[in-house]
Amino acid sequence: MTRNIKKTVLHAALILLSMLCLFPFLMMIINATRTGNEIMTGFTLIPGDAVADNWETVSGYFNLFRGLGNSLLVAVTSTALTAYFSALAAYGLAVYKFKGKNIIFTGIIIFMMIPTQLGLLGFYDLVNALGLVDSYIPLIIPAIASPATIFFLRQFLKATLSPALLEAARIDGAGEFYIFHRIVLPIMSPGIATMSIGAFIGSWNNYLLPMVLLTTPSKFTLPVMVASMNASQDIVSNQGAIYLAVAISVIPILIAFAFLSRYIIGGITAGGVKE
Amino acid sequence: MTGKKKKDMNHMGYVFVAPFLIVFLIFSAYPVIRTLYLSFTQYKGYGAPTFIGFDNYKRVVTDPIFWTALGNTAKIWGINIVLQLGLAFLLTIVFSDIKYKMRGLSVYRALFYLPNLIAATSVAFLFKVLLDWQFGSLNQILIKAGIIKSGINWLGQPGTAQLVVAVIGAWMWFGNSFIMLMAGVQGISRDYFEAAAIDGAGRWRTFGSIIIPLLKPILLYVAITSLIGGLQLFDIPFLITDGAGAPSNALNTVVLYLYNSAFKYNNVGYAGAIAYLLFFIIGIVSAIEYKVMYGKKED
Repeated sequence: MTRNIKKTVLHAALILLSMLCLFPFLMMIINATRTGNEIMTGFTLIPGDAVADNWETVSGYFNLFRGLGNSLLVAVTSTALTAYFSALAAYGLAVYKFKGKNIIFTGIIIFMMIPTQLGLLGFYDLVNALGLVDSYIPLIIPAIASPATIFFLRQFLKATLSPALLEAARIDGAGEFYIFHRIVLPIMSPGIATMSIGAFIGSWNNYLLPMVLLTTPSKFTLPVMVASMNASQDIVSNQGAIYLAVAISVIPILIAFAFLSRYIIGGITAGGVKE
Repeated sequence: MTGKKKKDMNHMGYVFVAPFLIVFLIFSAYPVIRTLYLSFTQYKGYGAPTFIGFDNYKRVVTDPIFWTALGNTAKIWGINIVLQLGLAFLLTIVFSDIKYKMRGLSVYRALFYLPNLIAATSVAFLFKVLLDWQFGSLNQILIKAGIIKSGINWLGQPGTAQLVVAVIGAWMWFGNSFIMLMAGVQGISRDYFEAAAIDGAGRWRTFGSIIIPLLKPILLYVAITSLIGGLQLFDIPFLITDGAGAPSNALNTVVLYLYNSAFKYNNVGYAGAIAYLLFFIIGIVSAIEYKVMYGKKED
């Protein structure tokens, strides 16, 4: 009996904690439908009818769908590059023996530990020298080099790929790239999917680098666009509009999470725990 | 070249690694070295850098704003990590208890993780309006519930502003830590728990003698990654107030100061020295964390 009471109390506490995680988003959605004046006079859980007005204020200052599109473009291309080229390099490091391999692998491990701010200034300086400020190239191309993804995929290959399979394919006369694309990639796909979800979210939410690099408002990614709200008097003076803009930036992620939560959570532990 | 018997394919390794290596050297390795070089120069971000030796470093170590920023970062990170790991540990104990057999782990896990998925920029603006001292929902709720009489200026006072940023950090990250710790616990063989139960070990004893020692590698991973992330705190303090550390410099963090030095005051060389000094500090604290967890006794 007492155990059941304790369990009930624990569940109540867990539900409370879950509410704390959801409540800010609930307030966001409700307040996005209310006018600035209504929000000022008090809080309520009943939605208002000012979505259209708030939307007008927001869209008068920036085009959030443009931001959504820009973010999608950057996140999809950089995730694809990370996935393909990391798989390529991981395979190279896992299967072949060549001079300098250990140095490369050590370099990968060191760079997994180095905080991003250490390269930020040099990176900006380089991009500036190359004349690539305000372009997506420096946000996309560096995704080819993702040490953490390579490290993970190499471990994955070491555990799943049998050398006999490669030998058999070679004897049948298959070329190295044919083997990689037709045999190895399918074997790696669960690992690639795991790392891709993480890479996508990381790119989608990235703020510092695009903020530093992008100067033309029509090129802004979603986080940079949302952050630029501070500069608009119309929006800042209408809290309903702020809530709506934030809601539009958050809702796609909430929807994606509703469908993909199992895979996303599976990916979190992939980097730190071996199973 | 080898004989006919077996073709040596090992040179192909270079081909497979080449795209990564080229991009890595240009966009990862070079910028880190370039930052180091710039930290020894006077450089405005344009024109030519002038070499000035250790002058930037000498200036940083005697710069009161740097130390304030470091103190703020440490304070915010400290509160954040205690809340975040404390909560994650409590949840891990609850869900790993073999007597309770709590259900719904996958649902709770997803809910607790949700705040971590949202871009920090959106989180910052959301809390900025929710915590507005005149019109924010939080004060309105607290006043309605009779907990406070008049609105608290959460983001206008140094103490509460730091607390708010720390709590937001914990809110965003406790689910992540919980998932990591829980995955670790699930990796521990059931036998240990059953043996402990047979020996009459209670919940806390099991936790202290079985879970903690076996979780050490993951704990270290969580501690070091959260340290690297926490000491780089930027987005939320940057966006939740004026971007310069208001109120009264309480939200000025090291990376915020680095950013403002480089991109607002065009003092790139100086910002480079801040970056490397922070890296040095992160290295030392990581080493201490490692020592604390593994240095006590060899077994």
